[in-house]
Amino acid sequence: MIEVKNLSKSFKEHLVLDDLSVKLERGKANLIIGESGSGKTTFLKCLIGLHSIDNGEILFDNRKFSIMDDKNIRKFRQEIGVLFQGGALYDYLSVEENIMFPLNMFTSFSLKEKKERVNFCLSKVNLEKTNNLFPSELSGGMTKRVAIARAIALNPKYLFCDEPNSGLDPKTAILIDNLILEITEEFNITTIVNTHDMNSVIQIGSNIIFIHEGKILWRGDKNDLIKSKNDELNNFVFASKLFKTLRNENFT
Amino acid sequence: MLKYLKKIGRYFILMKKVFSFPEKKDIFFKQLFNEFEKVGLSSLSIVLIISFFVGGVVTIQQAINIDDPLIPKYLIGFVTRDALILEFSPTMIALILAGKVGSNIASEIGSMRISEQIDALEIMGINSASYLVLPKIIASILFFPLLVILSIFIGIFGGWIGGISIGVTTADFVLGLQTEFSPFYVTYSLIKTLVFAYLITSISAFYGYYTNGGALEVGKSSTTAVVNSSILILIFNFIITELLLT
Repeated sequence: MIEVKNLSKSFKEHLVLDDLSVKLERGKANLIIGESGSGKTTFLKCLIGLHSIDNGEILFDNRKFSIMDDKNIRKFRQEIGVLFQGGALYDYLSVEENIMFPLNMFTSFSLKEKKERVNFCLSKVNLEKTNNLFPSELSGGMTKRVAIARAIALNPKYLFCDEPNSGLDPKTAILIDNLILEITEEFNITTIVNTHDMNSVIQIGSNIIFIHEGKILWRGDKNDLIKSKNDELNNFVFASKLFKTLRNENFT
Repeated sequence: MLKYLKKIGRYFILMKKVFSFPEKKDIFFKQLFNEFEKVGLSSLSIVLIISFFVGGVVTIQQAINIDDPLIPKYLIGFVTRDALILEFSPTMIALILAGKVGSNIASEIGSMRISEQIDALEIMGINSASYLVLPKIIASILFFPLLVILSIFIGIFGGWIGGISIGVTTADFVLGLQTEFSPFYVTYSLIKTLVFAYLITSISAFYGYYTNGGALEVGKSSTTAVVNSSILILIFNFIITELLLT
């Protein structure tokens, strides 16, 4: 579990995150939703240590991340898997080498063991026999799946996904969502998904956190979402005609 | 002024991160050999071509300038040798490498920055600065002196061919090469090369590493890296010459 207490972050004079406190649960897909510019990417980057925080505490299973020194942060980060928006695969490495990269850096596995682990991770994302392809040869969905495979290579305790569905067609987006949920439940990972894709929210949202202007305005699951009376949340979630109609049908 | 001081501070902070012990030796050496190819070997052809023709042109110009019966012909070889050892091979080749290798390093690291590949390294717990930059600096420090030595030899060879083309005899040219040869000039040339190699790779890596934005900024970083490393090469050329030759 990740516990965030009174987290604040500002850039120069601009307060981006304002006294956020939240618990992100293990074995669940914790979804952070909000409009562009609401602070959700900053929140994610603070959690993974890419941004320093001004105030507050971040506890990963009771370990204070915010007071760790560089050496401990580096060690601790081996417990974290991150799926970046664009995949962030290393262009000069093949699919196999990309997934093997963290194994080369942090394990003493033999080559055979590493290959077995790579094949296992690839099978988890349904990309068997793509070992020798290079990132430039992959489609958007395949890139994301390889990035997930790389993120789980070291058996992380925490998985962070930044906009996993951006730029994907709806069918592939659902595939990625299901994959994230499956991995989260199977390996009992604390997963945090940063998204503004409402399909994802409905598909996998078991713990949804709505951030608006740097503050948490609402928390709940996908069933609570439909019935919510929060105006900001409803304006955001039911912005499209389709979702408005679905909501109205649900209530009538 | 404060902006420049800030930038210098950031540069030294990056260098502190760069010069840390590699996390995995075998991976570091693999990276280092890749960089030998990228930073050094791939520049071999351009260095050889330029050196050959510049050597030839320097000889022809000297031959025309000292076309006086009172000045011995062997001075043509003498001047060509010293021009190549003292200035052309270390400094001009460094400026060419700043354009070729420097822009390549800045754009490679800059692209990795904007596509979040550097963030991905950091998140894995890897010291991205050391992993990406240290092999480049070491490869260039080890390989550029070899390029400069080759450049001197090929430049002299080009000078010999250029000399023959306008009637300078091989005997005169070789006598000029042997006249008052000071081995310290080669040492001076190699010391300059080591400093220039470090400047080119570290400055280019610095601009690439701190690229912020999109593809346009990668191009800007690359240009700034080349311009600034070229200026610093010229400044340090002056300082080292003052210190070692006067």
